[in-house]
Amino acid sequence: MAKPTDLLQGTLDLLILKTLALEPMHGWGIAQRLRQISNDVLQVQQGSLYPALHRLERQGLIAATWRASENNRRAKYYELTPAGRKRLESEASSWQKLSTAIAQVLESA
Amino acid sequence: MTRLRALFAKNQVERELDDELRFHLEKQIEVNVAAGMRPEEARTAALRSFGGVEQVKEECREAWGLRFIEILIQDVRYGLRMLAKNPGFTAVAVLTLALGIGANTAIFSVVNGVLLRPLPYPEPDRLVRIYERSAQFNVMSVAYPNFLDWERTNRSFAGLAAYRGESFNFTGTGQPEQIPGAVVAANFFSVLDVKPLLGRTFTSDEDRQGANPVAMVSEGLWKRRFGSSTAVLGKSLELDGQAYSIVGIVPRDCRLLDPAEAITPLWQWRRRMQLESREFHPGIQVVGRLKPGVSLAQAQADMDSVAHSLAQAYPKTNEGQGTAIVPLKNAIVGDVRAMLLLLQAAVGFVVLIVCANVANLFLARSVARRREVAVRVAVGASRARLIRQFLTESVIVGLAGGALGLLLASWGIPPLLAAVPGGLPRREAVGLDGSVLLFTLAVSLLTGILFGLAPAFESSRSDLQEALKEGGRSAVGGHRRTQSVFVVSEVALALVLLAGAGLMIRTVQRLWDVNPGLNPQHVLTMQVALSPTLPNDPSAIRIAWHQLLDRVRNIPGVESAAVTILVPLSGDDNEMSFWTSGQPPSSMAQMPVALGYITTPGYLRTMGIPLLRGRSFTEQDSESSLKVVMIDEVLATHFFPGQDPVGQQLQLAGFGPLEIIGVAGHVKHWGLDADDSAKIRDQLYFPFFQIPDQFMAQSKMGLRLVLRTGSNPISMVSAVSRQVMGLGRDQPVYNVGSMEQLIAGSLARRRFLRMLLVIFAGLALTLAAIGILGVISYSVSQRTHEIGIRMALGAERRDVLKLVLGRGLVLALSGVAIGLVAALGLTHFLASMLYGIRPADPLTLIGVVILLLGVALLASYIPARRATKVDPMVALRYE
Repeated sequence: MAKPTDLLQGTLDLLILKTLALEPMHGWGIAQRLRQISNDVLQVQQGSLYPALHRLERQGLIAATWRASENNRRAKYYELTPAGRKRLESEASSWQKLSTAIAQVLESA
Repeated sequence: MTRLRALFAKNQVERELDDELRFHLEKQIEVNVAAGMRPEEARTAALRSFGGVEQVKEECREAWGLRFIEILIQDVRYGLRMLAKNPGFTAVAVLTLALGIGANTAIFSVVNGVLLRPLPYPEPDRLVRIYERSAQFNVMSVAYPNFLDWERTNRSFAGLAAYRGESFNFTGTGQPEQIPGAVVAANFFSVLDVKPLLGRTFTSDEDRQGANPVAMVSEGLWKRRFGSSTAVLGKSLELDGQAYSIVGIVPRDCRLLDPAEAITPLWQWRRRMQLESREFHPGIQVVGRLKPGVSLAQAQADMDSVAHSLAQAYPKTNEGQGTAIVPLKNAIVGDVRAMLLLLQAAVGFVVLIVCANVANLFLARSVARRREVAVRVAVGASRARLIRQFLTESVIVGLAGGALGLLLASWGIPPLLAAVPGGLPRREAVGLDGSVLLFTLAVSLLTGILFGLAPAFESSRSDLQEALKEGGRSAVGGHRRTQSVFVVSEVALALVLLAGAGLMIRTVQRLWDVNPGLNPQHVLTMQVALSPTLPNDPSAIRIAWHQLLDRVRNIPGVESAAVTILVPLSGDDNEMSFWTSGQPPSSMAQMPVALGYITTPGYLRTMGIPLLRGRSFTEQDSESSLKVVMIDEVLATHFFPGQDPVGQQLQLAGFGPLEIIGVAGHVKHWGLDADDSAKIRDQLYFPFFQIPDQFMAQSKMGLRLVLRTGSNPISMVSAVSRQVMGLGRDQPVYNVGSMEQLIAGSLARRRFLRMLLVIFAGLALTLAAIGILGVISYSVSQRTHEIGIRMALGAERRDVLKLVLGRGLVLALSGVAIGLVAALGLTHFLASMLYGIRPADPLTLIGVVILLLGVALLASYIPARRATKVDPMVALRYE
């Protein structure tokens, strides 16, 4: 049983926050959305999402509520808290800076 | 909130986790079915894309944060259950650890009490002891007039106080007894900042000639003789026939005066005469409290200039004399520091061996637990989780061992202290205090982790496939290697301890063989005083001593007896300045100094000291006859090389010219080992009955009586005491002992060190033997099959024996090789305690190696014999 993810933990957190910035979502939905918008580049074992969700919930960056799902079943929905929104902004901008810097280095080399 | 709910509403949270994950999986299955999969297929695919459900759950739980404590509780519970399942294993592990940790705790409690705890006075770091120093002595007691000048002219001290130990004949209430006492300057207690338990301390008016006699008593005497009554103040205390009025009680914590029980002002001292000359250094000690912010170096510089001006003002007595300032704690602790640190290191080795041994126990057991480990891995336990579980178990065992060790230490400390030679300084501070408990806790945790680490890593390295196949013989090579490493380390550590013990055994043996220069067999020594009611008349005192000697000599079994002021090897000394030609040297510093024995006739015969030339003292050498002296062979060769000293003259400061009548053999006064390198080795003998009158009065207070007896001297003690006590029954006898006991006492520290090192080395040897036994037994049990095949193919029992013994020997030899290198590097720390041998003494090391190899062979023989009993058929069928 190998570790299910090659993603850096911080990156996964950032992606989850970004996904939830649009609308509250349950775990399965987040997994689908991640796969779709990354064009299947990000192959995450779906299970590994949940420890990250629970960790973010504990840190107060996201909040969870149980409500009815699309086909009327009970599901746990996550949404961004104000703290989470703030974190997303700062993380995103520093990610932007970092990736620009790396891109420049790669181009110039 | 989730964190708290995780703890209190665990089921609810767990259920929600289940619901959440189930929702995910069902959703995925729906999607898969919609995409055209068969239900069964859809389910498998969903699970595959999800990953390990149990693992995800576990990681989620960890994300909740409270998992750590929960896991710990769970691990502890599980660990306790596993340990309880194997009571034999657990008991052996805990007991072994208890021995190691207990020994460490006991030794550390001594180190802590003696070396680490601060002195029980306010701001103890400012307290120092100040000695005088000269060419002959690194430290010596202080001449009182010098002290007064120090007090007047120094700029570094908030206060200086002089004091001296004394001994009083305590009469008046009940049985007369000789009690230890002290005389102190009036400011003594204020320098130390000690408040009396009751009453008051001395005033400066009382520390003056002709003042009313007052005394303080120790808390101990107050309890023992006055029943802790507060009415004791103002009562009378009869010391040496004089009534003192009690003004206060000295609290027990004021240990600087120990063992004093009665304390009087310095100027009321009966030997006050000795306070008046700069020539005398009558055992006065000086304690000082540094002004705040003054460093030791600054104080020393200040005192150097004080001593310098004294040397200029009084060249005759003070030339070449300086001072030495020592922090009070160092002065009290003295040179036991090195010994205690040595013991702590040795006992540290023991605990390392214990760790190795218990680690091997755990390793051996982990083989039996391989299936258990495999099952736990299969249900989702990570390796880190397993290691944590195993470490929890070993820490539990470590803590249990520590708790039991603490108990052992609390039993062991009193006998340990009792065995310390000549009273350990600060022994009162030794005990199980907070620091000791903390130390034990730390050692227990550390040992738990130390011995648990390797087995935890080994055990958790489980190959699922292998382990689940019952009875696989493979995958244990790693175990065996680790076990071997432990056993080799044990042997190496044991060798170092054995080498230390061996060196001490040989040292003490060598010292016993040293000729002390006298015949200690059947010699009894004791201190005696004359009746305090005897008038201070010199001739009356002479008669009293004569009578006492006559009474003692008439006891059946007493062959000879003498009185002396000094006994060799007793720790006492008496320096006398002398010169051998014409004019005396201009200053004391240039005058030769000899040990002066002032004795009655019969001393040499009683002590068994050979007379080499001339004659010894007789009854005819009286106060009215020609003044005579005897010298020893060392003084003779120093000052009369190539001549016959008998008939020549020797001048003794204050005694006038004396005729040398005889030469005696040299006596190892300073100790069997220390005498050869002592600064003062010249010895001279002066007839007691010829001493000047002013000294004769002092002899009333106490001299040493020595007797040669026909049989065991200790059996004569009561008969002699009866005769000495006299008609008035007010002449106490104290410090009774045989000369052999004195010699043994002078070796006491080394014998103590030898005893403990032998105990530790014995423990180490036993543990190493058990370690070898364990590893060899284990390897035999692992190789039963192989041995069976060998025997089936025609191997003799002898070959099998050789095979197994060879393996034990290889382990032992590897340990011996490493141990020898370590021993060569480490034994030089013992150098200061050795005598007559080098730290790398080849004979000792060879002996130790032989002993160790012998024990290793013996330990391997037991499993080897079992191996030879293997029935090939059974061994093969077992497969």
